[in-house]
Amino acid sequence: MDTLLQQIFNGLTLGSIYALVALGYTMVYGILGLINFAHGEVVMVGALVAVAAMKALLALGLPAPLVFLLALLIAALVCMALGFTIERVAYRPLRKAPRLAPLITAIGVSIVLQQLAMLFWGRSYHAVPALLPAESYEILGAQITELQVIIIVVAAATMGGLMLLVNRSRLGRAMRATAENPAIAGLMGVDANRIIAFTFILGSALAALAGVLVSANYGIAHYNMGFILGLKAFTAAVLGGIGNLGGAMVGGILLGLIEALGAGYIGELTGGVLGSHYQDVFAFFVLIVVLVFRPSGLMGEKVAERA
Amino acid sequence: MNVSVKVLSVSVAAALIAMGCGKEEPPPPAPVQAPPPPPPPLVIKLGHSAPLTGPQSHIGKDNENGARLAVEDANAAKLKIAGRDVTFELMGEDDQADPKQGTLVAQKFVDAKVNAVIGHLNSGTTVPASKIYSDAGIPQVSPSATNPDYTKQGFKTAFRVMANDEQQGKVLGEYAVANLKAKVVAIIDDKTQYGEGLASEFKKAAMAAGVKVVAEEHTDDKSVDFAAILTKIKSKRPDIIFFGGMDPQASPMAMQVKKLGIKARLLMGDGGCTTAFITNAGAAAEGHYCSLPGLPYDKMPGGPKFIERYKAKFNQDIQLYAPYAYDATMVVVEAVKRAQSAEPAKILAELPKTNYKGVTTTITFDEKGDIKDGAVTLYQAKDGKWVPLDTIGGPAPEAAAPTVSGMEGMAAVAGMAGMGGMAGMAAGMAGAAGMAAQTPAPAAATPAAPAAPAAPKPAEKK
Repeated sequence: MDTLLQQIFNGLTLGSIYALVALGYTMVYGILGLINFAHGEVVMVGALVAVAAMKALLALGLPAPLVFLLALLIAALVCMALGFTIERVAYRPLRKAPRLAPLITAIGVSIVLQQLAMLFWGRSYHAVPALLPAESYEILGAQITELQVIIIVVAAATMGGLMLLVNRSRLGRAMRATAENPAIAGLMGVDANRIIAFTFILGSALAALAGVLVSANYGIAHYNMGFILGLKAFTAAVLGGIGNLGGAMVGGILLGLIEALGAGYIGELTGGVLGSHYQDVFAFFVLIVVLVFRPSGLMGEKVAERA
Repeated sequence: MNVSVKVLSVSVAAALIAMGCGKEEPPPPAPVQAPPPPPPPLVIKLGHSAPLTGPQSHIGKDNENGARLAVEDANAAKLKIAGRDVTFELMGEDDQADPKQGTLVAQKFVDAKVNAVIGHLNSGTTVPASKIYSDAGIPQVSPSATNPDYTKQGFKTAFRVMANDEQQGKVLGEYAVANLKAKVVAIIDDKTQYGEGLASEFKKAAMAAGVKVVAEEHTDDKSVDFAAILTKIKSKRPDIIFFGGMDPQASPMAMQVKKLGIKARLLMGDGGCTTAFITNAGAAAEGHYCSLPGLPYDKMPGGPKFIERYKAKFNQDIQLYAPYAYDATMVVVEAVKRAQSAEPAKILAELPKTNYKGVTTTITFDEKGDIKDGAVTLYQAKDGKWVPLDTIGGPAPEAAAPTVSGMEGMAAVAGMAGMGGMAGMAAGMAGAAGMAAQTPAPAAATPAAPAAPAAPKPAEKK
């Protein structure tokens, strides 16, 4: 029983991380219909900038919680600038181009960022200073750290905040209008370019937040860390219904739970025939099944093809 | 990510080709030499292959540096064959620790008609490349590939100077039972040729010693989240968790072991036995075990002297396998000396007769090409350092000082044993890891730039 609870908790933590990254994918997709493959790399840049900032600030002798917040702020600012630049350089000139073109530039940006990070930060794994409490507590036999609770809470709060922003605020109305039809939104006095740039900046700030939390949770940061994470988060976004904020959260948590429970119980369920190396097979099998029955994801609505 | 690495490798390869590697003609004598022209020096080309880019680049460059020191010593010894001066030349290549790239490099060495190959570093590259060397009849001495398959293929060309995973896994399994008093163990591997191989050898030995294996879990060499498999393992209450894999996975794993409140310690092979493991895992590294083939550096016959010399030459501490790369190169040089020939076939005939007192140990080969009596040393992480516990196997210690050619001038070991090889090494690894972090790629990816002053680069080779 305590093992099951622990596995569920492992899955929730992992799932919240996926969800936090998936929100970035889904937001851009919701507005532009573009899959921003560089998002995982922005997460990585956020993590590595934060680690560098933490080391520099700790050398100044500042207290740990302040260092963490400042590092997060610095990482967020760098990523926001990066997100704005990516959109301006790689996506905006191609807005009227066929759908395939921005997809390719997205992959290109992803590779470029990875290589630049490799040149700048080197190839070794960077240890992340332990600034947040990592002590674990026992709840009903399961071990839970404060950081894991923080991750789950932050992911849920971020999703809630985004939903409020999109559905309730004036800016959100402009975003929804742009998503529906940028040309008509323009006629109604919405500056589509500004809204899109804002979406990228906001998404990149979220990426920085995710990067800092992920690297703090695992204790290491590396130039290659964004790739697999981005892929999994993209999967989560598709599973939940890409373009839908609640869907990103549901998809992320679901994927995390499937992976944790899959790795934990697949061996026993199949009598030892399949082991934990089938963890990913299991996760993607669920994805295929979901997409066969609900092609637009669990919470996605059927969207008419845009002209 | 593969795509990008390939682009990089293509450009590196292009640069190498542009720099004229792989020509056959010996370099012309320097113009200032005496009027009666001496016979042109005999150039003996040694290929060296290791990952010089990617996560393991610091370890790869370390191997190459070890081989360069050996080449320098060999040239300083002014060897003559049939009245001709002999110049050894090292051809350093980057295999990215990638099996595909490893075979490309191997083919390149064959095309360049190298006389012998030192390498590769990883088992994953060494094993597929060994077929190519065997077909071409080129002797291959690997400093650090430990997968048993390497010498099991029946190739006459394959040798290694380090104990293999069969020996290592066996020692780990027996040690877990005899010294760590384990009765119940769990096993995790990273699904690579190295990790899986080591884990299965461990399992065999541990089960033979009467241990119960309660869980066998798998991850991959890119994962950082092991909470699910560790939770499962926790519920089985093992005494020891064996991990077959490398340090990028081992350090987050150690942290998650701590977070989940698992009391069992990790037992790892050489892949986790790095200072990076301790720096990255921090306090969570305490108490875990690992093994390294060979003796602790300060117990090696030529260890302290080598560490000192390496630092003087390259201005950094050794990382991991440099002394083995040195010995692997010297084994070939000695074979050339005995054969009085640069022909691969003649070198090959001499290699099995090797009895060389090297930096790491006295090297003799068994009929498969494995080192005889390879030693394995166990370490435990204590107070942020790997502390050697026991050395198992290995030849009986000899009183005779090692005779490393070219190193005689360096005088006696003289109190250098006091510097504490392991501690010095540990500090060095941390330092170099930091350095690697700041080194831009082009610096690390220029294997063609010769560090050794030997072999003047002729102008017409452009």
